[in-house]
Formats: sequence, C-alpha cells, structure tokens
Amino acid sequence: MSRALLSVFVFALVVAVLAYVPFIAGSYGITLGIGMLGYVTLATAWALFSGPTRYVSLATVAFFGIGAYTVAVFSENMAYPLLLAVAGAIGLAVALVVGLATLRLAGVYFVIFTFGLAELIRQLVTWYEVNVTGTLGRYIFLPVTPEGIYWQLLALATTAFLISWGIGRSRIGLALKVIGDDEVVASHCGIDIARVKLALFAVSAVLITLVGAIQAPRWTYVEPTIAFNPTVSFLTLIMALLGGANRLTGPLLGAVPLFMLFEWLSANFPNHYSIILGLVFIAIVFVLPRGVLAFVEENWRRWRKSGVKNLPAVAE
Amino acid sequence: MLVAALLSGLVLGGTYALVAMGLTLQYGIARIMNLAYGEMIISAAFLAYVMFSTLGLNPVAGLLIAVPAGFALGYVIYGAMMTPLVARARDKASLEIDSILATFGLLFVFQGVMLVTFGANFTSYSYLNDPVTIFGTTLAANRVLALILAVVFGGGLYLLLTRTLWGTALRAVAVNPGAAPLVGIDVNRAARLAFALGSGLAAAGGVVISMYQTFTATSGVVFTMKALIVVIMGGVGNLIGALSAGLILGLVETFVATYVDPGLTLAATYAIFLSVLLWRPAGLFGRLMR
Repeated sequence: MSRALLSVFVFALVVAVLAYVPFIAGSYGITLGIGMLGYVTLATAWALFSGPTRYVSLATVAFFGIGAYTVAVFSENMAYPLLLAVAGAIGLAVALVVGLATLRLAGVYFVIFTFGLAELIRQLVTWYEVNVTGTLGRYIFLPVTPEGIYWQLLALATTAFLISWGIGRSRIGLALKVIGDDEVVASHCGIDIARVKLALFAVSAVLITLVGAIQAPRWTYVEPTIAFNPTVSFLTLIMALLGGANRLTGPLLGAVPLFMLFEWLSANFPNHYSIILGLVFIAIVFVLPRGVLAFVEENWRRWRKSGVKNLPAVAE
Repeated sequence: MLVAALLSGLVLGGTYALVAMGLTLQYGIARIMNLAYGEMIISAAFLAYVMFSTLGLNPVAGLLIAVPAGFALGYVIYGAMMTPLVARARDKASLEIDSILATFGLLFVFQGVMLVTFGANFTSYSYLNDPVTIFGTTLAANRVLALILAVVFGGGLYLLLTRTLWGTALRAVAVNPGAAPLVGIDVNRAARLAFALGSGLAAAGGVVISMYQTFTATSGVVFTMKALIVVIMGGVGNLIGALSAGLILGLVETFVATYVDPGLTLAATYAIFLSVLLWRPAGLFGRLMR
C-alpha cells in the first residue's frame, strides 16, 4: 500500500515538475520539450494497443497527420476546443473503419493495411485539395503559445499514461493479455476478441490523432507531405520497442533517449539519419526483442540467482 | 480509348503480377513478410538507370546483371538477418512479427541509402520509346516489351516450380513446412532459396518498371503495398492466383486512371483490398489462412 502511494506521489511530482519547466527553460527548451512529450505520448498510445496484442501498427503517422491536417483545414472557422474534438472524432472514425475491416482477421492483414494507410490518406488529401479546393498547403494561425502547446501535450501524455495504467489493472487489460498470448484460448474463455481489440485500437488512435492536432500550430504551414511524414511512424515504433511495449514505463524510457538521438542525428547528419535509425532499429529487434526493461530485469534476476548460488561455495 | 486502357492495364498488371510472384515466394515459402520488398524493386530500377545512362547498357541486358545481383542480395539478407530470427521464433506468428519489424528497419536503411545517392527527384530514362500499333491503338514499344518480359518471367517461374524436383520441394515447404523434412527436404535451405528467388524477381520487376515508369527513392512503399494486396487477393503462396490478381489490379488501376482520375489509383487499390478483406479474406482462389 505504501509503495503504491509512493508511486502515485512520484508520478504527481514528476508531472508537477514538468509543468513548471516552461517557466525556467528558454524557447529551445520548450521546443525540445514539446517534441519529447509528443513522442512520449505517441509511443505510450502505440504500446497501449500494439504491446499486449502484438499487432504491429505501422499507421501512427496516418492518425497523427489526420489530427494535424484537420486543425489546418478548420482552424479559421472553429473554436480551438471544438477543433480538437473534431480532429479526435475523425481519427476515431478512421480507426473504426480500419479496425472493423482487419481486426477480425489474422494480425498480418492489420499490419499490411496500416502499412499503406498513411500513403493512402496522404494521396486522398492531396487529390481533394488539388481538385476540389484548389489549394495545396495551408497556413495555421491560432492564438496558441508554445507554452500552451507544451502544457496541453503534458496533459495528454498524463492522460495516455493513466489510461495505460488503468487498462493494465482492468478486466479489459487482462483480456488483452490473453489475446496477446493465445487468441484461441482467449475466445474459448468467452472474450469477444474483435470488440476488445477494436476498442483498444480506437482509444490508441484517438490519442495519436490528438497529438497531431495539438502539435499542428507549431508548424504554421502544413501540406500533406509534412503532415504524413513516415518517419513519425518509424520513430514511434522504435521508441516503444526499445523501452519494451509490454511495460507501462517502457515507451517512456525508450522515447526520451531516442528522441535526443534523433535530434542530434538530424542536426548533424541530416541526410543520413534514416540509415542510422534503420540500423539502430534492426539492432534493437535482434538484441532487445522485448525491450530494455525486460532485458535488465532478466539479467538482474540471473545475476542475483548466480550470486545466491555462489554464496554457499564461498562459505565452504 | 477502351482498347488503349485495356492494353496499358495489361502492361501494368503484368508488372504487378511479376513483382507479386516474388513476394508470394518470400511470404508463402520462406514465411518472411518482407516490408523492404518495394525498396529492393526501386534499387533495381536505379541500377538499370545507372547502367543505361552511364554504360549505355540496354535494360534487357541489364536484367542479366540485376537479377543475379538481386538473387545474391536476397541470399545474403536471408543468411545474415533472417536465419537468427527463424532460429529464435517459437511459432509462425512470432516469426511474422520479427520479420515485419526487421524488414521495416531495412526499408529505412535502403531508402536512406537511395536518397543519399540519387536524391529525391523523379527519375526516368528513355528506352525504346517508339510507337507500336496494336489492335488499332498505339503503345510505346517499351511497354510491350515490359509485358513480354513479365510473361516470360512468370511462365518460366511457373514451369520451374511445377515441372522440376527442386520446384516441387519449394511448393511442399509452402504447403506444410512441418512435414517437408519427413520427405528429406531441408526447409531452411528451401526457405533461403525462395527468399533469394523472390529478391531476384523483385530485381526483374524493378528493371521492367524502370523501362516505362518514372520512379523516386521513396516510391518503394507503394510497390510493397500493391504487391502485398495482390498476394492476399491471389492467396498466399499461390502463383497463378498472384498472376491473375496482378492483372486485375493493373486493369482496375488503369481504368480508374483513364475514366475517373489518375490521383485516385491508390484509393482504388485500397478499395479492392478492403472488399477482399471483407468478403474473401483467404484470397480469390485460396483457402482460409490462419
């Protein structure tokens, strides 16, 4: 009990400290914080669905882009909170269509569908803009300060984290774990597999859409190639996997160092960063297939076990 | 106009079928879901472009270099990257996830290398761009050649797989990898060969595509996507299925581009994919895959 209380206290303290950061950090610090919080939320939301079910979603940027582009399209004729709600609703609708079509089938169909989804939506938006509205590229003028974006993202990250924590402790979380381990067993236990997967995918997609919607004002100018940049999907996936998609704090632990690495790489090797990130990613898949956290835990246990085993030998 | 659309649809469909046959070999026999497949295609397209523009080598002769190179690349990639994944996989599903992740990383490595070397511009070259009249419509000679090459490669592969002992062994692995060792088939070797063969076909597809289409370093994703859709439509591991599904996709795309709007071809592809998923998830000709 006291341990649970302690972790709640630590969590609240971390959030409070992070909320205070804009008052002391400069504008570069806030920019960095916005990017980092964005990716922490993306990775946490991604792992919310893909971690337990092991359905690899490659469509992160499809939802992220939907959020960003919705804000760009409606920014002139809607109030800001309504803007976020509309973006979230569109993300939800797309997630339901994708989920209903693919989640009843084997996981690989879902992966394939999400693999091309961002490209599909990008081309559709481009087609619509060129043929119907006649403008490719939009400006976003919203009275949102960088600090405001930072705090909104912090709130969203906190929400994602709490949802992830809550689901881990609920019936639906347990159902998800069974589905991830063995779908046949899950359906025999009376779990409505398709519905659980669909619900989780929808929650995760809405969170991702909101990240895009909140970050959109940072860009000022948005066009489909900017909003639907595949690097976002790729980075989110690596971050969640590095930390461990099955752990609550895994995506967080993966997102922070990889975001710093990405910032450094794109500043110093702007042309080569996708090669380096690709190699890093392959290395993670080979060396740490279940993430840093699981790796550390296993080795810690093995180390302690061997320590215990050695003790009697020393005594003799 | 109808005949013209039909003919260019067949050309496009033949290319899709050619590419999809390689992917169906990799996924159906080697059980590797290769998301970097389109990047292999585009690499071969760039190779053909470089050989044509610097050495003056025509693409048909270029095939003699590109296809063995693709085969060798596939052989090396399977040996270096996939063998450890196959060894540690507990079941088919975990191999699928691992191979998806590893090849997704590979996609960005390939794409990055191509972007650094060739830039992000649209690339094309002019080879056999002379008009040929067939059934009263004119078609560029390179397109006719592309269709002929697709037929030759597809037919050759079909005969190889159905008429030789070696091909029969590969098909046996596709049907039942657990029982294949019982009749003396080395599954790992068969998988490696199938993967390499698939990469060779990707290279052939890339050279064929470069003859009549413009391409960029980042257009691999779309080719992977289309090849995957054709593979699913035709049924995983089914060559004839891939062939007919490829032709259907090519025809539909060309008709949409001709009569509706060229910007909506990918949407049409996705609409086909969606309807296949909803009504025939096992493919038009296949049994349900689990």
